[in-house]
Amino acid sequence: MMNEQPEIASLLPLPPATFHILIAVASQDLHGYAIIQEVRSRTDGKVRLGAGTLYRSIQRMLEQGLIVEVRDRPLPELDDQRRRYYRIAPFGTEVAKAETQRLAQIVEMARSRGFATETV
Amino acid sequence: MRDDDVMRQAARWFKMLLYLYPAAFRADYEREMRFIFADRRRDASGPFAIAALWLETLVDLLSSATLAHWDLLQQDLAYLWRTVLRTPGFAITAVVVTALGVGANTAVFSLADRVLLRPLPFADAEQLVKVWQKVPGYSRMETSALNYRDWQERSSSFDAIAAYHSTAMNLLGVGEPLRLKGTAVTAELFQLLATPPQQGRLFTADDSRDESSPVIVLSHALWQRELGGDPQIFGSTLRLDETTYTVIGVMPPEFSFPRRDVAFWLPRRFTEQDFADRNDNYLEVVARLAPGVTVQQASTEMAAIAAQLASEYPEDNRDTEAHVIPLRDELSRQSRLMLMALFGASACVLLIACTNLANLLVARALSRRKELTVRTAIGAGRERLVRQLLTESLALAFCGGALGFGVAALGVPLLARLVPTSLPIAEASALDWRVLIFSALVTLLTGIGFGVLPALRMSRGIDVSGLMEGPRAGLGGRRRRLRSALVTIEVAAAIVLLIMSGLLIRALLRVQAVDPGFRTANVLSLETPLPIARYSATAKRAQFYDHVLTKVRALPGVDNAGYISFLPLAMRGGIWPVGVPGAPEDEAPDTASLRFVTPGFFASLDIAVEAGRDVSNADTEETQMVAVVSRSFAERYWPGQEPLGRRFNFGFRERTVAGVVGDIRFRGLERTSEPQVYLPHQQVPDGAITYYMPKSLVLRTQGDPMALAPDIRRIVAAADPELPVANLRPLTDIVSAETATRQTQIHVLTAFAGLAMLLAGVGIYSLLSFGVSQRTSEIGLRMALGASRDSVTWMVLREGGAMATAGAAAGLAVAYLAGRAMEALLFGVRPGDIGTYAAAVGLVLLMTVAGCLVPAMRAARVSPTEALKAE
Repeated sequence: MMNEQPEIASLLPLPPATFHILIAVASQDLHGYAIIQEVRSRTDGKVRLGAGTLYRSIQRMLEQGLIVEVRDRPLPELDDQRRRYYRIAPFGTEVAKAETQRLAQIVEMARSRGFATETV
Repeated sequence: MRDDDVMRQAARWFKMLLYLYPAAFRADYEREMRFIFADRRRDASGPFAIAALWLETLVDLLSSATLAHWDLLQQDLAYLWRTVLRTPGFAITAVVVTALGVGANTAVFSLADRVLLRPLPFADAEQLVKVWQKVPGYSRMETSALNYRDWQERSSSFDAIAAYHSTAMNLLGVGEPLRLKGTAVTAELFQLLATPPQQGRLFTADDSRDESSPVIVLSHALWQRELGGDPQIFGSTLRLDETTYTVIGVMPPEFSFPRRDVAFWLPRRFTEQDFADRNDNYLEVVARLAPGVTVQQASTEMAAIAAQLASEYPEDNRDTEAHVIPLRDELSRQSRLMLMALFGASACVLLIACTNLANLLVARALSRRKELTVRTAIGAGRERLVRQLLTESLALAFCGGALGFGVAALGVPLLARLVPTSLPIAEASALDWRVLIFSALVTLLTGIGFGVLPALRMSRGIDVSGLMEGPRAGLGGRRRRLRSALVTIEVAAAIVLLIMSGLLIRALLRVQAVDPGFRTANVLSLETPLPIARYSATAKRAQFYDHVLTKVRALPGVDNAGYISFLPLAMRGGIWPVGVPGAPEDEAPDTASLRFVTPGFFASLDIAVEAGRDVSNADTEETQMVAVVSRSFAERYWPGQEPLGRRFNFGFRERTVAGVVGDIRFRGLERTSEPQVYLPHQQVPDGAITYYMPKSLVLRTQGDPMALAPDIRRIVAAADPELPVANLRPLTDIVSAETATRQTQIHVLTAFAGLAMLLAGVGIYSLLSFGVSQRTSEIGLRMALGASRDSVTWMVLREGGAMATAGAAAGLAVAYLAGRAMEALLFGVRPGDIGTYAAAVGLVLLMTVAGCLVPAMRAARVSPTEALKAE
């Protein structure tokens, strides 16, 4: 049941898992377990996606057009034939940018109210 | 090797957990998820890491599976919402139909639950029983104080046994004098009912002693309504009639015993006089079975005790038996039958509502066949489609169920009149959690039962070939037969309901046509309850009657007035044994009703004095003891002979027949009454039979009887300022109260029947018009090939007629069986009453024609060229 592409604004704010997945697949096509590992290493082990959460997010993201399943596989030596790979879609990039901007605005606002963290 | 086993075992567990997800989700991601789990399981080393992995996995699966289901639900509901907006008629019909079915059932269930199912509101209520005497002609008779005492002493089946009788007194000193109904009880009663007072205390054995000061326990309603809920009431005093009582307790609001109109309870004190006559039967007996004793065992023991007493006191107790029945079964057979009939009727309504719903869903599914086929083609699994159809039918059913609960909330107060007064339960049935659960279950069954059917039917056999069918799609013979069968069921259920209510209406008309033996129009009735203590002297009462009757008769517009002990129909007891030398030796008991009357009573009610004379104020203790008897009395004892001047023993004395009057049905319109004997109000010794002193006044007027109310109150207040005027009402009220239950019952049943007809008509209409719209091209083709418009109209009418005929035939058979089952309610109307059946069939015929008309006309208007062009 493919839905029509929704408005960007209606997707924001993104659920944290969705944003993490977008970031993970931004630069390379990844399969599920690789996404989990990628997110985990990027966040120093703080964000640990479960398989259920991952695939429910992937299902929705596919429906929303944020990512696509890739048919052309990566280089054979890197490929795991059993697995399905995902890649960020152009719409996903736009949404990720919008989310980044939204977060940046909030951070900006917080700074101007004196919530700036002391630089270490 | 063992490691591999462990891994495989873990993988199996994980695979099972994946069943938490919707099937579509599983189909897409199961493989991937199992890989991931396998990888992580391999990476986890040590028992702690493995335990942590499982914990994490469980939490992850549970939460994401819930969310995945939620996603689908949202999708389906959003889809449903869009269809509802597009075709609101379908959704509204489905919701309303369900609401009516669920509402009718919930309302009737709340009534049946209260009256038939729920335990009575006492602790361990199933141990509570009534003990009745049985004498020839009377299966449930009160007992005497002497018999009660012997029962109590000799029985071992009971934990406790108590006696009570109803009483009524005037509450004085709190605003206007007020007539209150109460119950005099032995001290054991509250102990065996085991309901603690809301405040204060209950009776002890001490309170029943002669020398102890009078005490009273109040009902919550009396305390709240008349005494303003005064918390200082305990220990203070109330004046009732001539006695001052100390208030010792108030019962909780839900407590009522033995009936719900009881306002107070007094301890019953037995005096020597109570133990004088073994035939003075006025006590009802209630008991609590000892642990482990069954009703049957108790009944056997009581029968043995009654047999002992009969041989010890043959004079009084010959033919007197005793039997035990559960308190719950005090309900009359009629009440039980009536409730079951209502329940059956509401089930019929639900059945019709459900079949209608199923029909709607099938029709909609048929018209969506192409859409569903497309979705199957693009990969939606069958499970997904069934799920969506089910979600839709459940969502519609639940909207309908919620609305139906509202309908029930409105309907329940209307049914309150059907709660029999003979059970100690509250009149207002609340819609509580039991009813809510029932309602939810009915809704769920409706939604699933009648949603699954179309869902499975539609999803089966959906394949791409559906896309290739033209506009003729949706005419699958099997599906059409299913729909026709559903409509046939609706017609059958409708005809059953029509016939049931028709039979009951006939029965009501028969009851209403019964001549009570007196004329009710323009008669005002009221009670001036004379307190026994002050009015125990016959002369004192005579003075009062004379004063009131003289003043009342002088009022403009009053034709006549008279006093009697109890009004017919308002009081059905007061039956006394009759002693007539040479009375016929047959089954019929020698008993008659006893009433004291003043002159003018017969004239006021238009009861003909057929021979002899009315009682007179000249009939006193000094003159000959006389009686006026009813025709049936004269005919039983002196058939074909002159009754006047005959003597018989009645009410402790020998009396001479001075007059014969017409019979009245004082026992009720639906049963035969004992012969009646009327005694002059002054021919009774001072202080004797005081319960029967005339208290009810009737006036025949020329205009609206209620217009006289203020004058009457003034006259009574002038005669005795401490006397309340109670139950002031036109006599017609008392007679119409006789049929009130029947009328309510008929209103409900007729409403159900009307609803059923409407729904069945809608069913026929929607099936046929859907058929016509689906067959436009076929009809066009037929017409192009030479079929006339008439023959096309006929084709549609025939189809409707066939369904109606099949339904009617099945319905008539069921209706006859239902009629047989409720024959006891029919008051002599035969369960196979031809007129009723003909009327029901006629109505169904009309409904069928109405349902067919529009589709038939639409079929006849089909233009062959247009229809064929659409192909």
